[in-house]
Amino acid sequence: MNDAPSLWTLARAFNRIALASFGGGLSAWSREVIVAERGWMTEEEFLSASTICRILPGANQVYMAVFVGTRLHGAAGAVAAVAGLIAFSMVLILLAGALYLRYRHVPALQHALAGMAAAAVGLTLSVAWHQGRRVLRSPAAALLAVLSLVMAAGWRTPLWLTLLLLGPVGFWWAWRQEASR
Amino acid sequence: MSPLQAWQLCAVFGSASLLSVGGGNAIIPQLQRETVLDHHWLTAAQFADSFAIAQVAPGPSSLLVTLLGYRAAGLAGALLATVAIILPAAILVWVVACLWLRTGHARWHTVLERGLAPVAVGLVAASGIVIATSVDHTALHWAVSAAAAAVLGATRVNPLFVVLAGGAVGLWAG
Repeated sequence: MNDAPSLWTLARAFNRIALASFGGGLSAWSREVIVAERGWMTEEEFLSASTICRILPGANQVYMAVFVGTRLHGAAGAVAAVAGLIAFSMVLILLAGALYLRYRHVPALQHALAGMAAAAVGLTLSVAWHQGRRVLRSPAAALLAVLSLVMAAGWRTPLWLTLLLLGPVGFWWAWRQEASR
Repeated sequence: MSPLQAWQLCAVFGSASLLSVGGGNAIIPQLQRETVLDHHWLTAAQFADSFAIAQVAPGPSSLLVTLLGYRAAGLAGALLATVAIILPAAILVWVVACLWLRTGHARWHTVLERGLAPVAVGLVAASGIVIATSVDHTALHWAVSAAAAAVLGATRVNPLFVVLAGGAVGLWAG
C-alpha cells in the first residue's frame, strides 16, 4: 500500500481511540476512527478482522491495534499501534487510580460516570446500526445478524458455539451469492 | 523489585494473557485469586476498586493489570505486568493477522469475509446490550443509551460530545 500512514500517524490514531474511550466503547471508537474517519479499512475488512480478534483468546481489546497495525505497516505497525493505544493510557490509569481512591465516595462522580457508561453503550449500538446499513442488504443477512444477536445477548450462547453454528451458514450464503453473480 | 517477584509478575500476568476466552473479563476471577489470595499483592477491596477504575478509565480495560502490577511492585511492576499480559497475545494475533492478510485475494477469503459480516454485526449489537444488562442499568440509563444511539446513528456528531452529555445527564439526574 503506498498510501499507508506513517508509524507516528498510526500511533497517534490509536492514542486518540484510547483517550476517547473513557467510560467504555473502545471497539466502537476503533471503528469510528479506522473506518469512518481515516478510511484505512473497509466495513467488511474491519468486521472480519474484529471477528477473528473475538475468536482468539486473550486481551481482545489490544488485538484490533495489532491487526490494523499489521495490515497497514507490518510488525512495526503493530508495535506502533499497540504503543499508541496503551502508553498514555497507562499513565492516565495510574493517575485515575490515585484520584479515584481519593474521591470515590463522592456521589456526583458515580452518577456522572454511570451516565457516561450508558452513553458508551449507545455508541456501541449506533456502530451496529452503521455497520448493519452497509452489510445487511438482504433478508438472509438480516436474519443471520438477528440470530447472532439473540444467541449472544439473549441466550448467552458461548461465542465459539455461535460462530460454529452461524459461521458455516454465513459462508454458504455468501458462496451462493458469489456464484449467482 | 526482587528477581523472584519479577518472575512472579511475569508468570501471573503472562499466563493470564492467553487464558481469557471470549472477552477480557473472563480472566478476572483468575487474576483476583492469584494477586489477592496467593501472592497478597493487594486486598480484595483494592482489587474491586482497581477493576472499577479500569472499566471507566480510557484505554483497554486489560490495563487493570497496570494497577495490579503497581500495587505489587511500584512503577516497574506496573510496566512489567502490562508488557507481560500484552506480549503473548499480541504475538499470537500478529501471526494470525499475517496469515489472514496473505490470503486476501483468495475466493474463500472474500466469501468468508462477506458471510461472517452479518454475524459480526449481531455480535456488536449484543455486546452493547450485554454490557448494559451486566451493570446496574436504570430506566434513565436505558433512555441515555437509546438517545445516544439515535443521535449517533442519525448524525455525524463527534461521539465524545455524546458521551460527555451522558455524563452531564447522569450528574443532573443523580
